[in-house]
This record gives sequence, structure tokens and C-alpha cells, in this order.
Amino acid sequence: MSILVDSNTRVLVQGITGHQGTIHTAGMKAFGTKVVAGVTPGKGGTVVEEVPVFDSVQEAMDKTHPNAACIFVPAPYARDALYETVDAGIPLVVIITEHIPFHDMLNMLYYAKSKGARIIGPNCPGIATPQGSKVGILPNAVFKAGNVGVISRSGTLTYEIVSNLSEAGIGQSTCIGLGGDPVPGMTFIDALELFAEDLKTSAVVMVGEIGGVAEEEAADYIKKKFDKPVIGYIAGRSAPPGKRMGHAGAIISRGRGTAATKVAALEAAGARVAKVPYDIPRLVKEALAKGPKA
Amino acid sequence: MNRPSRPLRSLRAAENALAHATCAIIIRPLILAEIMVKLLEWQGKEVFRRYGIPLPKGAVVRSVEEVSKVVGTQVPLPCVVKAQVRIGGRGKGGALQFANTLEEAKAATMKLLGTDFKGETVKEVLIEEKLPLTRELYLSITLDRSRRAPVLMFCAEGGVEIESVPDEKIGKVWIHPSIGVVDYEKRLSVKFLGLDGPLGKELSGLVQSLWRVFTEEDAELVEINPLAIAGGHLVALDSKVTIEDDAIFRHPTYGNLKGEMTPLETKAHEKGIAFVEMGGDIGVIANGAGLTMATLDVLLEHGGKPGVFLDLGGTDDPKKVSEALSLMGEANPKVVFINIFGGVTRCDTVASGLVSEMGKKPLSFPFVTRIRGHNEPEGMAILKKAGIESYSDLAEAVRHVVTLEGRK
Repeated sequence: MSILVDSNTRVLVQGITGHQGTIHTAGMKAFGTKVVAGVTPGKGGTVVEEVPVFDSVQEAMDKTHPNAACIFVPAPYARDALYETVDAGIPLVVIITEHIPFHDMLNMLYYAKSKGARIIGPNCPGIATPQGSKVGILPNAVFKAGNVGVISRSGTLTYEIVSNLSEAGIGQSTCIGLGGDPVPGMTFIDALELFAEDLKTSAVVMVGEIGGVAEEEAADYIKKKFDKPVIGYIAGRSAPPGKRMGHAGAIISRGRGTAATKVAALEAAGARVAKVPYDIPRLVKEALAKGPKA
Repeated sequence: MNRPSRPLRSLRAAENALAHATCAIIIRPLILAEIMVKLLEWQGKEVFRRYGIPLPKGAVVRSVEEVSKVVGTQVPLPCVVKAQVRIGGRGKGGALQFANTLEEAKAATMKLLGTDFKGETVKEVLIEEKLPLTRELYLSITLDRSRRAPVLMFCAEGGVEIESVPDEKIGKVWIHPSIGVVDYEKRLSVKFLGLDGPLGKELSGLVQSLWRVFTEEDAELVEINPLAIAGGHLVALDSKVTIEDDAIFRHPTYGNLKGEMTPLETKAHEKGIAFVEMGGDIGVIANGAGLTMATLDVLLEHGGKPGVFLDLGGTDDPKKVSEALSLMGEANPKVVFINIFGGVTRCDTVASGLVSEMGKKPLSFPFVTRIRGHNEPEGMAILKKAGIESYSDLAEAVRHVVTLEGRK
């Protein structure tokens, strides 16, 4: 088992004819993902990496029955791409595109929710279930199948950490890159809820970073409801403090959002928190041996 | 997609510039240096004016000579002379002056123009009529990241720093982004602020206008503090408007407003490389914000002092790597640590960029490399041929970096 994607996942790539769309379609196929369709308006009837291209998501839906989508289209067009994908009935949409205005993303998020669809991203590396399916751009070589879930706000740091885990003999059930945007489609809590139900996942590695309060909120959830061991890492302990987003922003965070508050919240929730990324495999092994709470 | 050149709210924007330069997708944002499109008071008020938000009579001047042209005509006396700087707490800092006569207005303008407030030099002064106030309120709309929704905030105690007001005195309403502020939410704010009759109606209209500014101008923050009651009407005495950097493509006119960067950061920006100076002695070249921050953390953990870091983002162009190295040289680090985990970025690209830059002229600094991920064997082969050792273990690499730092 795994969460969200597995060998039954049938992927549609929005923006398949673009540079990144093409490269990562090949990458997904090499991982073993069933990429069944591509969509680029005006390019219908062509073929990219042996994948048929359609003019609209609905046409692709009728002919190839995808159940997940990966969006590579540029930021100004991402909102439209999401609406089209959701309207065609695709329940899981991974948005790789970065720099989508948060106003657009708010509308996209509320729309997807109203239609029962789930968004991962934007500005994220995607999701991968080793020996199952990958939807996104994570490098294939770092994964190893196993029973540890990984949730991260980062890109390259996720690859680093997953690769450390694999090298230490610790395989992964599913790895999710949430993306670091201010309005993410999926949160740590959403992912934790899914991992809680997943029989194959025995522990979860949570990679956070400074800014926002998502890690603190996840810590609250872990404390109250999550029974599996959690191993955390927060990047940016030594980062120079950024300027605040004006007074109104400061009210909302009210003293939360630093590396120190995130580490403290996770530790208070019983998570084991690594000081450096390469300490994570040791803590995972310890957690699996000794049980959930540190 | 080409985007206009513009200030950086964050390093994310620099990563973006790089993404477009190389057609590579970069995966995530940096939150380290917040440099955003923050409008000056008068610029924010120009935006307010377009949306029908009531303002005091006022005019912007850039020299003392202009004062006599506006005071007494466009702006009645007595007046307030306000330095146009982005820092908060202008009242306490002396950036606001009061004048009863034209001569006083001139003197105040003379005093403020060219003055430095926390590193920001005053180039413009806003002169406004001084209104007799009966009350000062607070009103804003911003993004609540935690709820993933816009939040309308209102408070009966305006004119003070809102952070100093206890939470229970601040009213909040979370707004559906596609529906906007609905009538009952407006009524809640009217009641919370203790307004009624025509003032209640004015506030409802003003909330609607502010919502339009927030959404139509792609703002991160729209704030009126204080929102005054003067002569029985609501008037926006100040404005704080921050435009979302990622939405500048819809608002090219905001694109040339300047952010704050050091000269070297500016140079890096022009080359599409994210670069931050911190004041230690180790230079770090990494890719992606998370890995860059983690690299700094590990260096610090081992007693190293990271001084400048440079985020390559995702690139498939060796030239970008060469440019990054030459920029790094200008920052004069004691030692440089190149820590790359290739996803979009390929190891062989980084390796050949490094080797080619070294071929041009010897680097002015010792360096340690750790290049892992996509095309790692190819990258290793290139480095080995050039006689460069590359670490695979992060802790080992960092220990070596810190040893070199201590030696020099």
C-alpha cells in the first residue's frame, strides 16, 4: 500500500509539449508511471514520448481515463489548467509550476475543494511511491521501496534526505513534496491523515523550513491524533531573519514561524527532531525500534 | 515566458529569473530575504483614489520650491508634512511634522528631504491637510496563510502599532476568495467598530473598495491605519499596500519599484542567481532553498561561519555555474563549499562549469565539492579528470570546509 499514487495511477500531463513537460514525462515513464495522455491546446493529435496529445482535458479523459494530472503550464495559465482538469473529473492534481500568484491559488484551492479534488503543490516536486508511480519531477534514482513516509516543503533537500534514507537501507512508502508556496494545496496535516490510515507506513519523516506556521499546526495534530513515529527536520536555523510582511502579517504569525518554535512544537508533540539532515536515518531506526514518542 | 525586470520580494524571484533564463523549472521558494513591492504611502493612496477610498487633500513634493505651489491651494493649512519612507512607526521617528503656515511647511520639507530613516533616504514628501479627528480606527485585508484564506481585520484602536493591540480587540473575518466580502461580514465589522447610520454605510462601502484593491491589484496586504473619522466621515489617513511579487506580470507599472539589495546581490540578480551576503567567511554554492539552508545549518553545527550564499536554483547551463563562481570570487570568501543535489540540475553540468571556470584563471579561493544526484557518475568523471576530489558524505565535506576556513 501507499498513499495517493500507486501502480493503478494513470497520469495526464498538462503542458506536455513544453521543455519541462517533455523531459519529466520521460522521467515519469522511466520510473514506471503510466502516463496515458498529454494536453496542450492546439497540439492535439501529436505524440510526445509515445504519449498521445489532446487539445482538451475532456477529450483526453474520454479516450484515456486518467485519474491524476501533472501540471507544467506557466504560471499565468495554471489557474485555467486547474479548472479544466478538475471539471473533467480528475481527482488528484499535482502542480509543478512555480510563481502562481497566491490570489489565483486561493481560487483554485476553493474550487478544487468544492469539486472534491485534491491539489498537491504548486511549486513542488510532486509525489512518488517507489515501485508504484511518480507524478512530478523527483529524481528516480534516490528512492527505495519501504515503509517510511516522507512529507516535505522542500525540493532538493527532499532528494538529499530520501537518498540518505535509501542509502541507510530505509525504504519509503510514499514521498510527497508539498511545495513551499504560501497557499499550498496539500498541507502536512492532510498528508499525515493519509499516512495514519496507510497500513504500510510505519513512520513519517517530516521536512519543514522556516516561515509560516504549517509545522507548528502539524505538531498540534501529531500530539492529538497521530500515533506513528514522526522524525522531523527544520531547515533554516541559521538563516538571516527576513523582513516581516507588514504589520497585518505579523499579527497572524504572532511569534510563531521561526526554526526554534517549529523544533520546540515538534519535540513537544513527541517527534524526534534531527539537527542536521544526515542524522535522520539514525532517528528513524531508533523510532522504529523504540516506538512512536521520543 | 518573459517577465519584466522588477524588484525581488524574495530569492524565489531570483530563482524565477534563472528559471526563465535557462528554461529550467526550479522547485521551491526561498523565504530568507523578503524584498517586496511595497508601495510608498502616496503611491498606495493613488491606488486607493482609483477605487474611491476617501482621502485627505494632499500633494507630493520633491523639492522645497514645490511647497509654495501646493500649500494654500491644493492643500489647506494647517497641514502634515510626511516623509515618504517604507519604515513603520513614522510618527515616533520624526518622519511626520506639523505646519500651521507656509513657512513652517517649507521648513519641515527642507528638514525631511534627504534625511535618512533606518537606511531609507527621503526623496519625496507628502503634504496633506490636517483634519480634526474624532476617532481613529484600523482596517486591513491580508492573506492568512494558516487558514489559507484572505482575512479582513478591524480594530477600534487605530493609529497605534497593531501588534501592540491585544488579539481580542481585533475583529477578524475570513473571506471566500471567489465570493468576496458578503453583506453579513460587513455588518459584523460595522458593529464591532461601534459605528451606525451613515458611518456604518460608509464603512461597508469602504470594506468593499478595500477588497477590490486587494484582489484586483493582487495585493498581499492592504492596510488603513489610521482610518479616521473626521467631520462625520471616514478618511484614510495612511496607506500600506504591498503587491504580490508573483503577480507583477499582471501589473507591469509596479515592476520598476525598487527593492533593497547590496550591490553584489544586485549584480547576481542581473545574472539570474540568488545571492545573499551574511558576513562570515565561508561561501556556499548550493541549489534550492531547502538544501541551501540545510547546508548553512550543517556548517554552523560544525563551527563554521557561512558568509555568503548563492543558490544556483535549477540549471542545465554550465555557463551559469561559471558565473556563480566568478560572483563568489568577488565576495572574497576564505573557502567555498559547493553542495549540489541534482534533480533538475545535472551533476555533469555543474562539474563542467566548474572545470571550465578553473581553466580560465585559477580560483582565488580554495573549495570543497559535493555533487550528487542526477548524472552523478558523469559529473564525478569530469571532476576526477581535472584532479578535483568530490565528497559524497555531507558531514565529511563540511569538516573539511571548516578545517580550510580555520587554516586561512
